[in-house]
Amino acid sequence: MDAIKMMTRISLFLSVCFVILPVQAAPDIQHWTSKQGTQVFYVHAPGLPIVDLQITFDAGSARDGNLSGLSSMTSHMLGMGAAGLDATKIAQRFEGVGAEFGHSADRDRAWLKLRSLTQQKWLDQATDTLAMVMEKPNFTQSDFTREQKRYLISLKREKQSPSKIAARAFYKAAYGDHPYAQMPNGTEKTIKALTAADLKKFFAKYYVASNATIAIVGDIDRKAANKLIDKLMKNIPAGKPAKPLPKVVDLKKAQTIRISHPSTQTHVYMGHPGNYRGDPDYFVMYLGNHALGGSGLVSRLSDEVREKRGLSYSVYSYFSPLARKGLFQVGMQTKNDQVDLGVKVLRQTIKDYVDTGMTEKELTASRKNITGGFPLRIDSNKKILGYLAMIGFYKLPLTYLDDFNKTIEAISLKQIHETMRRRVHSDRMVTVIVGGEK
Amino acid sequence: MQRMNVAMLVCAGFLASLVAEAGVSEYQLDNGLKLIVQEDHRAPVVISQVWYKVGSSYETNGITGVSHVLEHMMFKGTKKFAPGEFSRIIAANGGRENAFTGRDYTAYFQRLEKSRLKVSFEMEADRMRGLQLSDKEFQKEVKVVMEERRLRTEDKPEAYTYEQFNGVASITSPYRTPVIGWMNDLKSMKVEDLAVWYKQWYAPNNATVVVAGDVKADEVYQLAKQYFGPLKPSKNLSPPKPQTEPEQKGQRRIKVKMPAQLPYLLMGYAVPSLKVAKDDWEVYALEVLAGVLDGGTSTRLSTRLVREQGILTSTGAGYSLSSRLAGRFLLEGVPAQGHTIKQAEAALLKEIKELQTSMVSKGELDRIKAQVVASNVYERDSIFYQAMQLGTYETVGLGWKRLDDYVAKIQAVTPEQVQQVAKKYLIEDKLTVAELVPMPMDKKAARKPSGGAHGRH
Repeated sequence: MDAIKMMTRISLFLSVCFVILPVQAAPDIQHWTSKQGTQVFYVHAPGLPIVDLQITFDAGSARDGNLSGLSSMTSHMLGMGAAGLDATKIAQRFEGVGAEFGHSADRDRAWLKLRSLTQQKWLDQATDTLAMVMEKPNFTQSDFTREQKRYLISLKREKQSPSKIAARAFYKAAYGDHPYAQMPNGTEKTIKALTAADLKKFFAKYYVASNATIAIVGDIDRKAANKLIDKLMKNIPAGKPAKPLPKVVDLKKAQTIRISHPSTQTHVYMGHPGNYRGDPDYFVMYLGNHALGGSGLVSRLSDEVREKRGLSYSVYSYFSPLARKGLFQVGMQTKNDQVDLGVKVLRQTIKDYVDTGMTEKELTASRKNITGGFPLRIDSNKKILGYLAMIGFYKLPLTYLDDFNKTIEAISLKQIHETMRRRVHSDRMVTVIVGGEK
Repeated sequence: MQRMNVAMLVCAGFLASLVAEAGVSEYQLDNGLKLIVQEDHRAPVVISQVWYKVGSSYETNGITGVSHVLEHMMFKGTKKFAPGEFSRIIAANGGRENAFTGRDYTAYFQRLEKSRLKVSFEMEADRMRGLQLSDKEFQKEVKVVMEERRLRTEDKPEAYTYEQFNGVASITSPYRTPVIGWMNDLKSMKVEDLAVWYKQWYAPNNATVVVAGDVKADEVYQLAKQYFGPLKPSKNLSPPKPQTEPEQKGQRRIKVKMPAQLPYLLMGYAVPSLKVAKDDWEVYALEVLAGVLDGGTSTRLSTRLVREQGILTSTGAGYSLSSRLAGRFLLEGVPAQGHTIKQAEAALLKEIKELQTSMVSKGELDRIKAQVVASNVYERDSIFYQAMQLGTYETVGLGWKRLDDYVAKIQAVTPEQVQQVAKKYLIEDKLTVAELVPMPMDKKAARKPSGGAHGRH
């Protein structure tokens, strides 16, 4: 809980791409397959006495089927005790040695994370406890019933947030029948329908060695890292890798959804399914979006919406690639009586950009920003862990970081223009508008 | 000019090897500007931050939010650089930049590849004294800030409750007012208000430059002299009036009624900060106390009130020791299904009572201390965080060297001390309670007589 509120000049949204400059060598990624068949990705980082570890399963909400919320609740319950010890006792074992344990899930992935000091006794206790959680989470009925209620309350709370309401409507309209259409935290109906047995079944099926990748970074040598991973995985059944997800179908036509809400601002989301990890157009689209709305205040959308007209505090566009096409999303919020103007400016700016293309000047500026900022992408163990986990899970080449800069430099203006025209459908976007009267 | 080189201390035996690597250097220029450099050579990057001793707690009624609006306007051009040019140049250098305003500070930062520090210094020095405030730019930007306020506060029932809570928890303390300012003050703000504010506070003798990363301290010092050295200090810099909060003599309570789905309870006790405390052990004991209640999953509030008793669906405790003025020890909670705000309050008060009547266990204390030792190492993985801490401590007037004490002081806290501060500060007469009362979300329903009063302003 933050006791002090801070205001920032621009809102901080997650950047969705990673880049490299040739002057700095990318981290030396080592890769091997553990005895249990799990892919391991490792970087030795001896600077600080810390080990960071992430085990990622192909067990995101895209695997929920008709029980939306299943993946999320399964992941959530990993914090509710294991091996007969309750949540408090498990947490005491982590916290007693200063370790940080985390677990979460998104549409594609479910993961467990651990950060520990390298001091052997402390590291052992932290990793022994992690092994307990991975092997024998409790999933007791009483824990499940209570957490189910908490999920329902949190769903209720979402209804007071225009941005959350908008996101839900946006995904539904953009993805139709595809599993990505569902929100990871489910609906009132599906959460009520879930049982502890459903979670156990989901866990048994997906939290298996052949469906996992492991990323490990820190002050630990390869031999010790290998030993640690063997300890974690030795009692995890091999199981089967999850099947590939269905492909996303592009939208056939434009659609606008308006939802009233007693807020002073109206939130606008606009876009359509965009690109995927490993997409041959991925880098071109990343660079192509940079000058549109991917680079904070130095972008066309920011210029048109914020700098020229003072309409919105936050305005952006980005691609968020997943295993299948993730969203291309444009967004802003403005006071209720200005929303029509806001929507018009967003649409016009996207259309102009796609029709006439990026300028030579914009390309130069974007390239410089992306390549010049590379060292910032990998300046901490935590960030390196993020790359490893991503490269591992999405089966990207191990040279992903080494090649990135060359790839960005080689992209031409013509290529960007052609690709953006082909991949951004300004005439077939979903627009969701939440706020004010209908 | 002076220079000191003091190692940051990490107080656990096996981490001793770390100590030697982490050097902090401090310099002062002739014009009063302070420079703090933290060398960290793990990655070829640098963080540059300029901290000004000004924020919402320096403001008076009628101009609330002026520090923050000025922060926005700092990107709108100088004689040398056109509006927006600052951001474009940083971007062209591969940099990331932003700025933030708090109660006690306004700060600007860039993250850059290490060889580009001079780009930051040149432009930061330029806008420290050379800002051109245009009314045209201001009229647009203040609208952006109003949108920011709508986004962060007006449409967020819990944030709105927090703002109202602060408004009644203090009578004279400037921590009463929101950092972003009251909407009405934003509406009546003029570019002249900003000009006065800028002239008063933006000067080298009111600024601290913090640099962290793969740099050499002495080279940074030379660079700082080159760019910031020529700036003239302000002659009429005077510290803000103390506006000391009179002692609270009795509980304060409010209700906030607005469209919402869930009720929400926020409680806060008047407590000292490190800056104002007579005995600093009290502050560290309060920090440990916050850790006993809410420092992780195994701590009391989530263990007992959420998981065991099921009275709350979410809860937290918060205390910030690094504020310039006395602040609040906060507790919050959302009742679980079938439970009331009244039960939530009673449950939280019972936990406070227990802290007063019985001692915390050795196990709890040991866990908190282990976490503090570990966090102290983990924080070093982020040079941005390290720079933030140095800048905060320096700007609130503690001096960055006090950071060195932190781990040892926490480790020295005893169960008796935790009990003592609970008895001294967490008492009914120093408590303020705010309750968010949800009103119907549907506007039509809200207009029905049974719907009660409108919360929306």
